Amino acid sequence: MSTSQLVFFGLAFATLFSAVLVIAARNPINSAMSLVATFLFLAAIYAQLLAHTIAVLQVLVYAGAIMVLFLFVIMLLSLTHLGDPTPPPALHQVVGGVAAVAVLAGLVVAIWRWHEMAPVGRAREGLLRFGTLEQVGGLLYTRWLLPFEAVSLLLLVAMVGAVVVAKPRI
Amino acid sequence: MQPSPVDIQHYLLLAALLFCIGVFGVLVRRNALVVFMSIELMLNAANLTFLAFARDRLDDAGHLAALFVIAVAAAEAAIGLAIIIAMFRNRGTVNMEDIRTMKY
Repeated sequence: MSTSQLVFFGLAFATLFSAVLVIAARNPINSAMSLVATFLFLAAIYAQLLAHTIAVLQVLVYAGAIMVLFLFVIMLLSLTHLGDPTPPPALHQVVGGVAAVAVLAGLVVAIWRWHEMAPVGRAREGLLRFGTLEQVGGLLYTRWLLPFEAVSLLLLVAMVGAVVVAKPRI
Repeated sequence: MQPSPVDIQHYLLLAALLFCIGVFGVLVRRNALVVFMSIELMLNAANLTFLAFARDRLDDAGHLAALFVIAVAAAEAAIGLAIIIAMFRNRGTVNMEDIRTMKY
């Protein structure tokens, strides 16, 4: 087993472990901190996939901005009451858990069948700039300019909407 | 450029597991904030799939898709957390079981 494989399996295990902690923790603050850890491990996996730009954005936007927003809201609501110690699972929760496992089984079968088809990756030569900020930025401002501008409009609408929804009186 | 040292389907399996942990959190947890964090987990699993296929095919379009997913997730987090704040102000709870006015 090569070094990069060892690194991948270590990162994958750490990602899954912290992701399980997100949904298992009783205190939302513990969930949020586990989610930050998950995002950081995922950023390392993105870097291993040569997606350097997205790895940086993952740390800046996800682990930084979005999680600060989450923690801010958790602190703002100051949830002291965490509910009953062990609430009995309702029927719809049991059904939901079974459905999640069924989705996982379906995805694993789909990945397995995809692997059996064994598509060959197009190994283009001389693509040493793959995933760098230069390459992604160049595409963003040429071929993907219209979606990029649409996203800026979306963020503006979301910003105004958040203020309108969260304000008690306009 | 040599192929990825780790098989692509390993990344896909990791993304599938991450996505299903998110689905489990959305369907089973009662706290609206934790449900929201589970949605973020699912979005990240989708991003991982985009980047794995981008690496396999050496196509930068997957990176752009992941970038747009991150931007949409930021917008979604802002709106969703505002809704949770409004819900807490009106009802005094973020428990999904207690919010059932529109259900019946």
